Parts: sequence; structure tokens; C-alpha cells
Amino acid sequence: MKFEYAPAPESTAIVDIQSEYNLFIDDKFVPSKGGKRFETINPSNEKVLSRVTQATAADVDKAVKAASEAYRKTWSKLSGAQRGKYLFRIARILQERAREFAVLESMDNGKPIRETRDTDIPLAAAHFFYHAGWADKLDYAGLGKNPKPHGVVGQIIPWNFPMLMLAWKVAPALATGNTVVLKPAETTPLTALLFAEVCQQADLPKGVVNILTGDGSTGAAIVNHPGINKIAFTGSTEVGKIIAKSVASSKKALTLELGGKGANIIFEDAPIDETVEGVINGIFFNQGHVCCAGSRLLVQENIKDELLEKLKRRMSLIRVGDPLDKNTDLGAINSQAQLMKIRELAESGDAEGAQRWSPQCQLPEKGFWFPPTFFTGVSQAHRIAREEIFGPVLSVITFRTPSEAIEKANNTPFGLSAGIWTDKGSRILWSAQQLKAGVIWANTFNKFDPASPFGGYKESGWGREGGRHGLSAYLKGDFS
Amino acid sequence: MLLTDSSESSIKSFLRNLSPVDQVGADSRAAMLATRSIKTSSKLWAIDTAISMIDLTTLEGADTPGKVAALCTKAVRPDPSDSSVPHVGAVCVYNDMVKIARDHLDKNGGNEIPVAAVSTAFPSGRASLDVKKRDTEDAIASGATEIDMVIDRGAFLSGNLEKVFTEIVCIKEICGERAHLKVILETGELVTYDNVRKASFLAMAAGADFIKTSTGKVSPAATAPVVLVMLEAVRDYFVMTGKRIGVKPAGGIRTTKDAIKQLVLVNETAGPDWLDPKLFRIGASALLNDLLMQRMKMKSGQYSGRNYVTLD
Repeated sequence: MKFEYAPAPESTAIVDIQSEYNLFIDDKFVPSKGGKRFETINPSNEKVLSRVTQATAADVDKAVKAASEAYRKTWSKLSGAQRGKYLFRIARILQERAREFAVLESMDNGKPIRETRDTDIPLAAAHFFYHAGWADKLDYAGLGKNPKPHGVVGQIIPWNFPMLMLAWKVAPALATGNTVVLKPAETTPLTALLFAEVCQQADLPKGVVNILTGDGSTGAAIVNHPGINKIAFTGSTEVGKIIAKSVASSKKALTLELGGKGANIIFEDAPIDETVEGVINGIFFNQGHVCCAGSRLLVQENIKDELLEKLKRRMSLIRVGDPLDKNTDLGAINSQAQLMKIRELAESGDAEGAQRWSPQCQLPEKGFWFPPTFFTGVSQAHRIAREEIFGPVLSVITFRTPSEAIEKANNTPFGLSAGIWTDKGSRILWSAQQLKAGVIWANTFNKFDPASPFGGYKESGWGREGGRHGLSAYLKGDFS
Repeated sequence: MLLTDSSESSIKSFLRNLSPVDQVGADSRAAMLATRSIKTSSKLWAIDTAISMIDLTTLEGADTPGKVAALCTKAVRPDPSDSSVPHVGAVCVYNDMVKIARDHLDKNGGNEIPVAAVSTAFPSGRASLDVKKRDTEDAIASGATEIDMVIDRGAFLSGNLEKVFTEIVCIKEICGERAHLKVILETGELVTYDNVRKASFLAMAAGADFIKTSTGKVSPAATAPVVLVMLEAVRDYFVMTGKRIGVKPAGGIRTTKDAIKQLVLVNETAGPDWLDPKLFRIGASALLNDLLMQRMKMKSGQYSGRNYVTLD
């Protein structure tokens, strides 16, 4: 290449990672009652970043008690405007410390700094700003007169957008007057622990937000704790089903944001270059670790060859490598376990007769990496067309008519997202009516806004997050 | 599919078959490419490449032989204190200044720098075809080897595509082997990206060697998304025909940052083959000094004042 981009790494000097972290309970970092520590690593080079605490059932109990007391004594006594004041404060601190969060998120997760800097962290702050505005206006949210919070909510978030998912959970919970016990994912705890510092910095009353690190057993202890009134979970459909069973016999409210196998539908009259960008953004954004990823490309058969030629050319330009390099487009896979899962599913694609294509790209030796990939010759029966891969792997399926496109798009146990690409407004409206997906994008993909509700049909989950609909998940009232 | 003949219906159906452009998508792609971080060695390479691609331009009513001569001196040796700086891509002037520019370049070691003339009743294009032809003939006779013609935007917007097409064909005929033809679309007057894409293909099919964004007299001019759409057009045209057409953004590119963003657009859209003054030019005047100041900073480690570059 004539025009080589010299390395442009973002400095890590701004982050101060401690060698060990305790649990954040009742406004203090406290050691666990008997819990061991486990390592969190940088998936791009496998270096250990820190050792965090495995919270035990006893720790969960302590956190729930703190949250419960905070709810009774302080948080439920505050006016909406006063709660809003804290949320605005948190939002501003997130903006002020945005670079620190962006660098830390990239290191702990493996995602490119360009995405944490331009998407994850600004959106996380936006969620706090948005919900800060709602805090004193809940009577006018169309959710009945004087809607009431649940009390203590247990929140379990995934590793794909650690800080953003924290914001999606914590901001509406606090705005509506609930207190929180939150567990970040096992592989990405560090930004949640930094957020604990932000809560201190914002003088948030003690016990309103409690953060417990740990694995699935910590999550189970939260889900099953009798002092918790509502569970909000984002993660796999498999775990979501376990949680649904666990809370079925209790009075706990539940929202689930689970997996997906989003169809990105390309009609023959689509604006082709922008469509190619949308396909790239749909599946390679965040290494494809996106529940609403456009992982099934449904393309009208008569433009398949042209589209794939353009897609190949564009995929060859994807810059894979050091996530902290400002020019990196595709970072590291978050964990060894996820990499194995992606490989296993991609191999099933080979075995079932689909054709794999990846551009030439040099993957780093250390760390967990998977090249941008698509499969052609995929049929609806293939595992790569049905199961969520949660990686940078696209399955290309063709259709002949609009109704066949809709039929194939809906022919999945999931129903989280879909994309429609066409120059015809009428076809956008018609398709959106037919598609059974919670989020539908027209001539764009993976766009998020705090004002827009997000959530799925069928096995993609229960309830909505964001917007007015998202508020209702954290409130009790006539509407529910 | 290419043109079968130059009839109105053939041109219209050719353009109708082009893929539409989604404005939101094109804007966001251009914005994403603007975030590329070009540092150290790649920045130095980009600065020198950008200098070698500049069509150093003066298009004022107040242009004088003295002004044009100064511009030509600058074109040959942009930084008098550093001979490693490449010369610019071309000098771009009005017709009556072509001979002055040519003579001055030839006398001062710039014989390989072409002189470009703006032609066909620049900038409005509001003249008869006959006048436009004579305008072009006159420029070539005076020594111009590059012709920057304007399209008839009024004809384009009113749907008279055959007129736009025919004019380009006629001017191309006059240019023949003697001059390179750059066709100015004046994208600020065409407004929509669909129009930009259509006009790009229309110009290429009619024989343009280059497609150029703007006259510099209308704002907005060479915005990043417009250049993106034009780069996509030349890339697609190459796939269709095997022929590489150049692109020239002009107007509004004033800083090194702007210029580097343009090179990134080229690199990641049309591809590295276009990173060559034969296929990419930047129409500018003030840009050159900013590039020189950044270059000095890269070499010496410190910023020098504006009096360390020549104001011409």
C-alpha cells in the first residue's frame, strides 16, 4: 500500500488500574466475605489487568440489605428533581472522564478505541442525561398517576457493551426511584468499578448503587435473593431462560434482553454503497458481539453478485488489530471461550457445505482474534443461519420476492432486530409491519438513542429498555 | 451498462439505472473516515503527496501578470528554503493568463508543470456552445494542457441531459490529445448526492478525464461526502469500463487536516491507485502554505510563524 497509516495508539496513561479490587457496597469498597479473586485480562494481548473479587451469597445479601436500607431511608424520600440532580451529575462526570472510560473499556473488552470513544461512552452519558430529565416528570410519562418504583433491583449485564449496558440499567432504575445491585460480566468488570468511583464523586447517597463482581454464581445469588423486587438481565437466551424459571414462583418483576439473529434485508433498489456500509456496521461493529447484529444478510438474488463484490472490497479495508490504535476497525474477541464458540460455529458452516470468505488479514499472535468473515451458500437449515454466533461472521442468504424475504427473516426463534434497505418508502413501511422484530432500522443499522425503546420478540426477550417504554419496566402502576 | 448512443432517452435510461445514494449513509461514512488518525511518517508522506496534487489556483478579476508570475514561482519551488519539497500538480488560471503562466514556468524550471485553464464561460457556463468552444480553443492555443470546463447546471437541473452531454463531448473533441479535460459539476448547485452521482457518470461517459467538484465560486464546494460520492463513481466506472477517471475536489480545502482527510477518502474509497497526481488533484490556493508550515513543523519539531512561508 502507498498510504500506510502509522500506528496511532491512544495513551493508557490516563487510566489508573489497581492491582486488586474489592466489592462496592454501601458507598465503600469492601472485601468479600470469603470470596476469592479472579483475574481480568486484556483480550488483545492476554495480559492480566487486575484481580477482582468473586462476590459470594453473603456479599449479595449484604449488598441487598444496603440497597434496601438506602431505598427506605433516603432514595424513596427524595423528590424526582433531587434524584435528577444526581443523574445529571453522573452524566457530566462521565463526559468529563470520557477518555478514561473509553481507554479502560477498550483494554478490558478488546473493542476498538474508536468505538468506545465515539459510541459506548458518549451514549452511556446520554442515557444518564436522558433519564435525569425524566426523574421529575414521571407523572406525565403516560404511565398513570404517581407510578411507584419496585424498590431494590438486581441487574446483570453482559460483556459486549459493559459501560453502555450499565447505563441502560442504572440510569432508568435511579430515575424512577429504585436502588441497585449490579453485577458486571466476569470478563469486563473494570468500567463498572470505575463507575463506582463516579458514584462516590457524585456524592450519590450510600447504598443506592452497589456493584458486585463475580461469575454466574453471583448472578444466581442476586436473582434468587428474596430482598430483590425486580431483575433486569441482558445476556444469552440460555441464561435468560434459567432466570425466568427462577423468578417464576416469586413476585419479582423481570425484564430480559437476550440473543438475536437479526436479518438485514437488501432489496434490489437499495442505495448500494451505503448498504454495504450498513452491512459492515451491522455485523462487524463491536466484533459482531452485538445481540441486535445484522448477522443474516438477506439479499435479493438478482443483486447478490454485485453486492458481494462490493462487500469483499470493503471488507478488505477493515483494519484489524490493536484495539487502542485510533485507526482500528475490528478489535479482539472478548474471551478465549467466545473465540472457541465462534470457531466451532464457523466450522459447522464449513461442514454443512457453506462457503467461507475472509479478506487477507494479519491477526496478532497474542490474544483472541477472528477475521471478518462471511458465508455464502447458506440455507435456512444451517446452524450458522439459526444460532447466534456473536462474532464477526455473516451468513448470506438470498430471496426472490419481498414476501419471501419477510418469511425468511421471521423464520427464527429470535426477534430482536432487522434492517431494511430500499429506496422505496412504501416498501420500508410494508416490511416494517411484517417483520417480527423489536427494533427495525431502515437504510441504516445499529443506531441507538436513549429515547428509543429497545427490546425483542420471542426468544429475544421481555420488556423494553430506553424511552418511555423503558421507564415502565422500573415502575409499578395502572399501566402494568 | 454503458451508453448505447448519445440520445436523450439513452442518457436518461443509463442514469436511471445507477444505484441511488442515501444521504444519511454517505454523510456518516465520510464522517467516519474523517476520524482516521494520520501521524508521523504517514503524515509526512501525506503532506508531500498533497503538495504534488495541488492545482495552485488564482481565479480573480484582479489577477495581473505579476500575481500569476509569483504563483508560478511558488508552484515550481513551494518552499524556497527546502528543495526536497515537490512541485505542485499544476497552475490553474483564467485564459488570458495562460501564456504568461506557461512562459514563466518554462523560464523558471517548471516546464513539467502543466497550466490548467478554466473554460466554457467559467464559472456560470452561461454562454452559447460556440463561445464555449472558442474559449477552449483559445486556452489550448495559449498553451493550456488541462481544461477545467463547467457543465451547464441549468440544463442538468431542467432535465436537458443531452445538452450537458453534448457540450462535454464537443469540448473533449477540441481537447483531443492536446489537453486533459476536467469537468466541473458545481456540486453546490446540484445539491443532492443522487445528482452528484448522475452528473459524475454523465461526465465520464461523455469523455471527461477528471471530474471536479466545484468552481470555488459557490459554497458549499468540496465537502467530504460529495468527494466520497464522486470517488465511488470513478471506482464503479473503472469496474464497468476498465478506465480510470481522476477526481479533483476544489474549494474550501484550506488546511493540512482537510487535505489529509481527502487523501484518506481516496485511499479507502477509490483505492491507492488514485493516490497519484494523474488521478487526484486538489484545487486550492491557501492550502499550500498550511501544508508547508506543517511540513516544517514535522521536520524541525516546532511551529514557525506565517512569515516563514511566502505569501504570494
